Amino acid sequence: MPFIQNTDSDRAEMLAAIGVQKVEDLFEQIPAELRLKGSLPIDAGLSENELRAEVAELASWNSSMEKGCFLGAGMYRHFIPTVVDSLQSRHEFVTAYTPYQPEGSQGTLTVFFEFQTMVAELMGMEIANASMYDGCSAATEAVIMACNLVRKRKKVVVSRGVHPHTRRTLETYLRWSELEVVEAPLGSDGTTNLEGLLDDQTCSVLVQNPNTLGVIEDLDGIAAKTKEAGGISICSCYPTSLGILKSPGEAGFDIAVGDGQCLGTAPAFGGPSFGLFACAQKHVRKMPGRIVGETVDSQGRRGFALTFQAREQHIRREKASSNICTNNALIALRGAIYMAAAGPDGLAEVANHSLAKAQYASKALSSLANFELIFGESSHFNEFVLRCPIPAAEVNRAIDSSGMIGGLDLSSWYPELGDNALLLAFTELTTREQIDRLVSTLSNIATAIPVA
Amino acid sequence: MNKDKLLFEKSTRGSRTLRLGKLDVPPADLSALPAGSLRQKAPMLPEIGELDLVRHYVLLSKKNISITDSFYPLGSCTMKYNPLTNEAIVQNPGLADLHPAEDDGRVQGALRIMKTLADGLAAITGLPGVTLHPAAGAQGELTALLVAHAHFHASGQSQRTKVLIPDSAHGTNPASAVIAGLEAVEIKSGEDGLVDLEDLSSKLGEDTAVLMITNPSTLGLFETNIAKISEMVHAAGGLVYMDGANLNAIMGIARPADFGVDMMHINLHKTFSTPHGGGGPGAGPICVTEALESYLPSPRVVEEENGLRLDYDSPRSIGMLRGWAGNFGVLARAYSYMRRLGAEGIRRVAENAVLNANYLRTQLSDAYHVPYDRMCMHEFVCNNRKQREHGIHALDVAKRLIDLGYHPMTIYFPLVVSEAMMIEPTETESKATLDAFIADMLLIADEAKNNPEKLHAAPVTTPVGRLDEARAVKQPVLRYASSS
Amino acid sequence: MRPDDRHYLSSHEWIKISGETGIIGITDFAVEELSSGNEGDLVYCDLPEVGRVLENGETFGEIESVKAVADLNTPLAGEVSEVNTAIEDHLEIVAEDPWERGWMIKIKLSNKDTGKLLSAAAYEEILAKQS
Repeated sequence: MPFIQNTDSDRAEMLAAIGVQKVEDLFEQIPAELRLKGSLPIDAGLSENELRAEVAELASWNSSMEKGCFLGAGMYRHFIPTVVDSLQSRHEFVTAYTPYQPEGSQGTLTVFFEFQTMVAELMGMEIANASMYDGCSAATEAVIMACNLVRKRKKVVVSRGVHPHTRRTLETYLRWSELEVVEAPLGSDGTTNLEGLLDDQTCSVLVQNPNTLGVIEDLDGIAAKTKEAGGISICSCYPTSLGILKSPGEAGFDIAVGDGQCLGTAPAFGGPSFGLFACAQKHVRKMPGRIVGETVDSQGRRGFALTFQAREQHIRREKASSNICTNNALIALRGAIYMAAAGPDGLAEVANHSLAKAQYASKALSSLANFELIFGESSHFNEFVLRCPIPAAEVNRAIDSSGMIGGLDLSSWYPELGDNALLLAFTELTTREQIDRLVSTLSNIATAIPVA
Repeated sequence: MNKDKLLFEKSTRGSRTLRLGKLDVPPADLSALPAGSLRQKAPMLPEIGELDLVRHYVLLSKKNISITDSFYPLGSCTMKYNPLTNEAIVQNPGLADLHPAEDDGRVQGALRIMKTLADGLAAITGLPGVTLHPAAGAQGELTALLVAHAHFHASGQSQRTKVLIPDSAHGTNPASAVIAGLEAVEIKSGEDGLVDLEDLSSKLGEDTAVLMITNPSTLGLFETNIAKISEMVHAAGGLVYMDGANLNAIMGIARPADFGVDMMHINLHKTFSTPHGGGGPGAGPICVTEALESYLPSPRVVEEENGLRLDYDSPRSIGMLRGWAGNFGVLARAYSYMRRLGAEGIRRVAENAVLNANYLRTQLSDAYHVPYDRMCMHEFVCNNRKQREHGIHALDVAKRLIDLGYHPMTIYFPLVVSEAMMIEPTETESKATLDAFIADMLLIADEAKNNPEKLHAAPVTTPVGRLDEARAVKQPVLRYASSS
Repeated sequence: MRPDDRHYLSSHEWIKISGETGIIGITDFAVEELSSGNEGDLVYCDLPEVGRVLENGETFGEIESVKAVADLNTPLAGEVSEVNTAIEDHLEIVAEDPWERGWMIKIKLSNKDTGKLLSAAAYEEILAKQS
C-alpha cells in the first residue's frame, strides 16, 4: 500500500503486543452498526507513473498563462526567480509544522521575523504579522481589528474600488455583527469619493490602491479625511506596486494589508497565496494572526519565538478577536525569499517594467478609433479599463483567436460600466510582441466598425 | 558568527539576486502618474547576492525539525509523510500558471481535479454537499456555523443561537462560533473522557443551534454514544457539526453521516497529506447534508451538460470567505494523494494509524500515566503523574525528546488533562521507528527519576536553548531595526 | 489558609473592605494557575481607568502569562477610585505578594452586601475540589 511501511509481520507482532487478534478489534469502540459495510465508492489507487500521466493529461486541458495573458484583477503573473522554488522546497521548511517548540524551529521562526521586517518596510509601517490566508482575509481581519480599536462606532466605509471578492468576504464575516457596511462610490475619474460618508459613527475606511479598475487613489487625502473623522484608515495594496508607489505608511494609514501572490508565487488558479498585515506597534495586542518576536535563551543567545500568543484562539477561545489558526507560512516564505532576492532595487525594477508595459499598451490602445481608456492614460499603474466598441466578451474571443488569453470582462463586477469594459493587466513578463499582437487584434475590430 | 546573522546583517548596498533583462518598450514615465502618488523612501529590504541568499535559507532550514528528518508525533496535527509526488505534480504549468478568472472552458482540468476530490470527500463522509473554498480548518468551521446560522434564519428559527462545545475541543471552535454571531456554551466531559450526556441534555433546548463535536475526540477516543448524541441534538431541533481534525482514524471504516452528522470540515493538511509548511497553507473543505447544500459558500464547481463550471452566484449561498475558488494548490496535492490510495488505501490508512497509536500506548503505559487507558483511535494522551514527584513537567519530557532527535508530542492540550502529552504516530511510521521511540521514552522516564536535571536542562543540542518567552512579550522586538 | 480578612470569588479574585473602599486583587492560586507548566511569568495586565463604574461581578480587566489569560472580575459593585500602577510594568509584585503589594484596584463601594461572596474557608474548599 502506498506510503505505509508496516509489513504483515510487523502488524502481527504489534497486534500481539496490544493483545488483540486482528485489526478489526482495534475499532471495537465504534459500534458495529455505525461501521461501513463494504468499500467506499472511490476508484482503485494508481501507481505513481499512472498518476503523473493522469495529471499531465488534466493539466493539458487547462490554458496556461505562459502564452500571453492580460488577466490581473488581484492575481498577476510575475517572474519567479529559481531561488524561490528551490529554497522554499527544502523539506525542512515544507514538512515542519507551526513553531510551537522554538528550539527546534529557529529556521521557520527566523524566516517569519525577517518576513515581518520586510513587510513592515514595504508597507512603511512599524510592524507586521507573520501573514494571513490571503489579501481578502487580511482586509477583513483589518476591518474587525479596527472595530476593536474604536469600539463604539459601527460604520464601516468600503470603497467600491476594493476587489469584489474582498467586499464579498467582508460581507460574509460581518453578516451577523452589529457593524454596518457603507459603500463609497467611485467618481468619474475612477477614484473613491468619500464625500458625506465620514462622521462620528465611522469606525473604519477601507480602500485599495491601485483600485480594482487600476486607478491610483489619492491616499494622502483618504488617510487625512479618515483621521479627521476619528476613524481607522485601512489600505489594501498591491505589493509589487510599492516598488514605486507611495506606501500606506507614508500616506498616513493606520493599517496596511495586501495579497502576497505577486511576491514569488504562481497564480495556481487562485491559491494558496498569503495576506500581508501591518500596523503601528501600539496596536499589537489587537492585531490578528501569528507574531514572532526576538528574545534570548539562558546563555544570552539571540533566538525567536511566537509571541503575544495570549491573543490567539487556542488560549483565548471564545474571547479571541479572530479564529485564525495558521498563517500561510510556506507561501509567506516564498514571499520572504522573493523580497530578499529582489531587494529595494529589484522590486523597483519589476514595478517600473510593469508600468512601462502598461504605458506602452495604453498609449497604443487609446489611439485606436472607437477604443478609449475610461479613466485616462495617466491614472494607472499596470492595469487599466478599456472601453471597447463591442462587448468585452467578444473582444476576448478575438484575443483568444490570436493565441493569447484576454482581459477581464467587467460586466458582472461593475455592471455600471456596461458590457464593453475590459480590464487589462501587464507585468514585466508581458512582451512587446504580445502587446503589439493585442493592439493589432483590437485594431482589426476597430476598423470593422464604422467610426461613431 | 556569520551563520547566525539575519539577512539584514548580511546586506550590502548594491547587491541583489533578481535582475530583469533589457526592457523591450520605452522606459516607464513616472511623471505621468498622479501627483503625490510616488514612494519617497525605499523600503529597507535586504540587498544580497544569490550565493549568500541561497546559503542563508539553507542554513535556516537546518535549524528546523521536520517530518523528513525526524519522527514527529505531534498529537492532533497528523504529521504523516507528505508524498513527494504531490509536490511534483503541482509544478505543472497547466496547474501553476493558471489564472482563476479564466473562462470555465479553459480550466476544465483544474475543475475536474476539484470535482473528483469533492466527490471523494462526499463518499468518505457520506455527506453529499461539498465546498472546497475554505482556506483552512478554522475557516471551514466558521463556514459551517455560518451555514447553520443562515439555515435557521431562513427557516424562522432565529432564536437558535447556542453552540454547544465540549471542554476538550480545539480553541478555534468557540472562537469561530462568536464570529458566526452565535454563542459558545461549554459541555463537560464525563469521567470516561466522552461527552457527559446529562450535561448535554440539560443544555439542549429551543435555543440550540449546533453541537460541535470532535470525533474521535482530542483525547483520541471515539464517542461511543455519537448516534445517541446526534439523536438528542436532532430531537431538540439542532444540527450536529463534526470537527474532522481526526478523520484519519476512521476514514473508510465509518462514515460520519451514518452517526447523524450534518456538517463537518476536513483538514487536508492532516488527513490528506498536504504539507504543513511551517504553519500553512492548509485547506478546510466542508461536507454537509443535502438539506444544507444550498447555503454553501461561492464559488462551487457544478457539473453541467457541456462540462464543469464555477458557480459564483448561487442565490442562498452565505457568500465568499476568501478570494477565488480555494487553495487550489493544496487541493491538487490532496487529489494526488487520494488517487494514489484509492478506496482500499484509504481504509488501510485508518487501520495502520490506529494500530500504531495503540502499539505506542500499550508499550508506554507502564512508564507514563495514561488517564484513559483503553483502546484508542489514532492518538492517545498521557501525562506526567508518574514523573511529577521528581519535579518533571510535560515540557521537560518534550524538550528532552528534542535532544534525542524527535519533534515532541503536543503538550498542555487538551486542557481537560493536566500536563497532557498527546501522541499521534500516524500510519506512515514503521514499527522500527516506533520501537526506537519507545526505547527513548523509557529512557526519559528513567532519567526523570535518576537524573531530572538532564531533563530540566534540555534541549542542549539545538541552536538555542529554552528561550525567555516572557521577555518576548514584556520587551517586544517584532522586527529588525538597524542599530546605526 | 488564605487571609480571612477578606472575601473571595470562585474565579480567584479577593476583595478587602475598608470603610467605603474595597481593595481588589487575585489569589496565589490564580497566579499559580496562570503560570503552570514552568513557562510562567505574568507578562501583561490590563486595568481599568479611574472613574469607571463596575457592577457586581463585572470584568474590569485581564491578566496574561505567556501561555494563558484570565479575566479580572470585581466581587462587588462600585466606582474605580485608584489603580495600582506600580504593578503594570512589574507583575512580579503580583506573583510575589498577591495579598498586599500586588493589589489591583480600589473601588468606592456602591454596596457592601457580601452575602454572595466566599469566605476564606469556603474558597479553600473549592480549591480542594479542583486539585
